[in-house]
Amino acid sequence: MTKPVLSVEALSALSARNGTYVLSDVSLTLQPGEVRGLVGESGAGKSTIAKAVLGILPSTIRIAGGWIRFEGDDLLTARPSVLRNLLGRDITLIPQDPQTALNPARRIGAQLTDGLRLKLGMNAASARARAFQLMDEVQIRDPARVFDSFPHQLSGGMRQRILIAQAFAPNPKLVIADEPTTALDVTVQKEILRLVRRMQEAHGTAVIFVTHDLGVVAKICDSVTLLYSGHVIEQGATADLIERPRHAYTRALIAAGPRYDRPGQGLQPVPERVFADLRKEIGQRETADV
Amino acid sequence: MSDILLEARGIEVSYGGGRSLLGPLKPALRVLHGVDIVVKRGETIGIVGESGSGKTTLGRALLKLVPISSGSIRFDGRDISALSDEAMRPVRRRMQMIFQDPMASLNPRQSIRTILTAPLFLHGLASSRREADEQAAAILARVSLPETVLDRSAHELSGGQRQRIGIARAALLKPDFVLADEIVSGLDVSTQAMALTLLKDLSREMGLSVAFISHDLSVIRAVCDRVYVMRLGRIEEEGPSASLFEQPRSDYTKLLLDAIPLPDIDPGWLARGQDSTMKRGERA
Amino acid sequence: MADLSKTLNAILREPRAATSCCFLLLLVTLAIFAPALAPRDPLEQDLMLSALPPAWIDGAEPGFLLGTDDLGRDIFSRVIFGARIALIVAVAASFFAAAIGSALGLIAGWYGGWADRIISRLIDVWMAFPPVLLSVLLVAVLGSGLTSVIVAIAIIDWTRFARVVRAETQAQAGLDYVTSARAIGFPQGQILMREILPNVAPVIIALISLQMGISVIVEAILSFVGLSVSSDIATWGGMIASGRQLINESWWVLVFPLIALFLTVLAFNLLGAGLRRALDPVMRR
Repeated sequence: MTKPVLSVEALSALSARNGTYVLSDVSLTLQPGEVRGLVGESGAGKSTIAKAVLGILPSTIRIAGGWIRFEGDDLLTARPSVLRNLLGRDITLIPQDPQTALNPARRIGAQLTDGLRLKLGMNAASARARAFQLMDEVQIRDPARVFDSFPHQLSGGMRQRILIAQAFAPNPKLVIADEPTTALDVTVQKEILRLVRRMQEAHGTAVIFVTHDLGVVAKICDSVTLLYSGHVIEQGATADLIERPRHAYTRALIAAGPRYDRPGQGLQPVPERVFADLRKEIGQRETADV
Repeated sequence: MSDILLEARGIEVSYGGGRSLLGPLKPALRVLHGVDIVVKRGETIGIVGESGSGKTTLGRALLKLVPISSGSIRFDGRDISALSDEAMRPVRRRMQMIFQDPMASLNPRQSIRTILTAPLFLHGLASSRREADEQAAAILARVSLPETVLDRSAHELSGGQRQRIGIARAALLKPDFVLADEIVSGLDVSTQAMALTLLKDLSREMGLSVAFISHDLSVIRAVCDRVYVMRLGRIEEEGPSASLFEQPRSDYTKLLLDAIPLPDIDPGWLARGQDSTMKRGERA
Repeated sequence: MADLSKTLNAILREPRAATSCCFLLLLVTLAIFAPALAPRDPLEQDLMLSALPPAWIDGAEPGFLLGTDDLGRDIFSRVIFGARIALIVAVAASFFAAAIGSALGLIAGWYGGWADRIISRLIDVWMAFPPVLLSVLLVAVLGSGLTSVIVAIAIIDWTRFARVVRAETQAQAGLDYVTSARAIGFPQGQILMREILPNVAPVIIALISLQMGISVIVEAILSFVGLSVSSDIATWGGMIASGRQLINESWWVLVFPLIALFLTVLAFNLLGAGLRRALDPVMRR
């Protein structure tokens, strides 16, 4: 078995405000080139895991225990200089909102070459050449115009392409995609999903894909971790979780989503009993931890 | 009595334009180009489209919340497009609206009690505090919220509870027509199913006509009898849910349907339809 | 009233706002009961006792805590009596400025169109005048005296309220709860007063607090140039003006009214910032 890119082990985090668990005993491993979906409803902790890996947790959340190992080295205890080197080069981010993730006052070209020059030490000319190559990879037809544009001159889908190019620019080992298609229309979403998958395959990158949409997971993830209230409820290969869900909550979530091809099905509210059982299970796990 | 409740013909809406005090004439941006739409009694229609399709503007134009530059709106046989604010008031009771963001649509400075009872007094459906409170309590029970929320304010409730308040407020005035604008797009799947089921049940019980606006075709399929697909300010396709979803005629509808990621394992999905969607992406 | 006590609680939880609140309450008490609390008559002159230093410096006389000025008047008593004028002007001028400015701001922001264009142009023109010069001119025209000072400040500073309230009204008018009130059929005026005003009120209240600080300064400036109340009434600005000439011999004549002015304005500003946070129902949680 190959060495995992990322392994999160028994990670727990507490809310500094009221001392409740926002993550509790979360473990997951990611092999090179694997696309892992982190899925759950709001408050499930999927974004918290992504932020913990990136070392950008808000001050209101503090890690209570566990390890986040990137190629074997623990990120939580790493020196800041080591982290600075890793982030932006070996681990990069595709942010959620293409509207605000680009600086409105700077041209696309400058924002695209920044990382290349800072993290890879390229000079202006080679960074520019690489930027054009990247724009070609994410299928921007008119790179010269886009290079000289400001963000507001591009559509949402176009901006998301730039952000994807930015994320894959340094040939990272791990890309974290934090709900990158939530703000987009479905047709654009499909293009972006396709693009992420293609870039990931071309670069052999492992991806953590945070989403609330089980449909998106089914389409682009190799494996899934389903979370509820900071706990891992079920994880495994995507096909297993979608087609043979083991946990009652997973089954209920799949049944709750309406689908246009099966009008009779879907739209069943998650039964109160399922939530009650979930809360009981979680309570037992948390007391077992102590 | 005709079986048509609401009928809009040739609706056009433009934003901006006109002459500023100094400076040149600004061209108006037209967002609806002659839209026709019909809602029958007791029917739930869906209006679906992507961002920029004009679906939200159309909904607000139907309720006369944005001015129309041309076209007519008939409600229950009567032309309401030229009515004054004053003359619209009795009609307003019969046309209600549920909003996308229940937080923004509930006044943060009012208690749920005020939010629910003030419209009753305005339309003369209650003459005393007690009467109004009774009606408010009854509707809360119907949407499965405890009476204690009456003394709370909106920010003290959860997203799902707030949306139930939004639905309760619309149903309270016993309207004939309800416009539901993206009412579940901010909610989790588990809460979404609850809100949709509630709206469906209420509209059946009260014999409501509903115009349900959404970007999500799966949601539309679950609640609507008939669907309008909009694109760039025009109706692209219209038809009964069953036929529109099973045999879509317009290429655009097909494109939309194919872009929805269903929770199925389908390895070929990602690669399908590459050419048509690529062209759209490039143009932007 | 539950709302009021909640707000009070929220203010008292913030140390800066709470301290400011206490300081201002103390100042108000001193001002109201000045005749009883001041150790001496603020106008009583005694050239034998002129230019006495504060109590903790050599050469001080007992009974003159902060010393005396060149005419032998007790500085402590004069600072206390000066607070009366400062606070009367602060409260009255800010109230009138807020009333005029908020009314015009609400109208411009809600009704838009011609009303908005006229009011907005008026604000632009108004704000192009240098405010201190305008106040000096106004008082010169209206004649000096307390009323003129209050009227002058209100006439100048209403624009501060109008601008902010107009922008805030427009922002609120774009929110769905206002659309909802329109869809239910509430008349325009009712929507403005019932729905929008309560949501704009926190901004107005916070601005009033800031405006009180500004009014205190403007009154001091007018007293300083001798255009406020007549010179036989103690004012901080008047004291600063006379102290300026004595800065080399007896610094305390200038420094103590200056400190009173500084602390009062600072307290109003901090209270304003605290009120703003405390009155926001969403931020309060």
